[in-house]
Amino acid sequence: MKVVIMGCGRVGAQLASLLDAEGHKVTILDIDAYSFRRLPPSFNGTALVGDGTDEDTLKKAGIEEADAFVAVTQGDNRNVMAAQIAKHIFNIPRVLCRIYDPLRKDLYEMLGVEAISPTIVFAHLFKERLEAGTKAKT
Amino acid sequence: MYIIIVGGGVVGYHLCRALIDEGHEVLVIEKDAKKCERFLDELGSICMRGDGCETAILAEAGASRADLLIATTNEDEDNLVACQVAKHKFNVPRTIARINNPKNEKLFKRLGIDCGISITNILLEHIEEEIPTHPLIHLLTLPKENLEIVEVKIPEGSKAVGKAVKQIPLPPDSLLSLLIRNAQKPQVPSPETVFKAGDRIIALTSTESEQALREVLTTK
Repeated sequence: MKVVIMGCGRVGAQLASLLDAEGHKVTILDIDAYSFRRLPPSFNGTALVGDGTDEDTLKKAGIEEADAFVAVTQGDNRNVMAAQIAKHIFNIPRVLCRIYDPLRKDLYEMLGVEAISPTIVFAHLFKERLEAGTKAKT
Repeated sequence: MYIIIVGGGVVGYHLCRALIDEGHEVLVIEKDAKKCERFLDELGSICMRGDGCETAILAEAGASRADLLIATTNEDEDNLVACQVAKHKFNVPRTIARINNPKNEKLFKRLGIDCGISITNILLEHIEEEIPTHPLIHLLTLPKENLEIVEVKIPEGSKAVGKAVKQIPLPPDSLLSLLIRNAQKPQVPSPETVFKAGDRIIALTSTESEQALREVLTTK
């Protein structure tokens, strides 16, 4: 699978190295070259400096042949904008993005963008763990 | 009309003043506390502090009864999201977005923003018109029809000079509608009309054919 990832933060870098280790063809984008320090030395994919909300940069990253696009920058709005470009302009079969704001996540799911909200995921995880701990004690 | 402006920068501020003068009810949503204060001091309590892309803030701002939302920040992604949230979550009938990167004009249209205004393009066009040697000037854009009305000056030494209209390989979807020759009445060019250097042509062209039209009339 050929994957383009936008944002080389902790999540982006981790995802890139996991996919790369499994033999997928990964291109990772970030506006700051310094972010690429997070990639492991074993990383075989491509790291490209550029803005993923820019169509020309996405083309350079090979989006036209990509099977999937993942937007995981710090900005919710940047992520949904890039995700919509990938989905509606480049017709990428699988597009995923991170949206911290749960309300905005609902809206964009409605508009056909597949989104994960870490806020919701972590709140649930912590709640489950807390409840499991309480049960164990009693 | 009840109008919400997202972004209280220079554009938001002056737009807000103009709309208030026209008698509209206006609310500005701005993240920055200092900018909010300026609104409070000068225009009264018409500014709300918050992120205009957030559903909760827009709900508090009464977006569901807004007639219009205008996003004026200098980040295209914020303007896009503010308009999309307004449109899809609150059914705001009309949304207008400031576009900073001209490349995003098509995208915004595609994603359902009613009107995207590309500040950079407008600026470029106005500057272009003031450059006297510029051979092609945009007079008007008809976005729905994807047509441009342009003025082309035939420069000295152009390949078109001395040729008749019918000899020029005009690109498809373009039409020479008017010829202005110094001190003469404007005329509609016929296929037999012969171009002279200094002629000004008012032409209609599709956006795609604009470059080709410029080439056949102005290259030397």
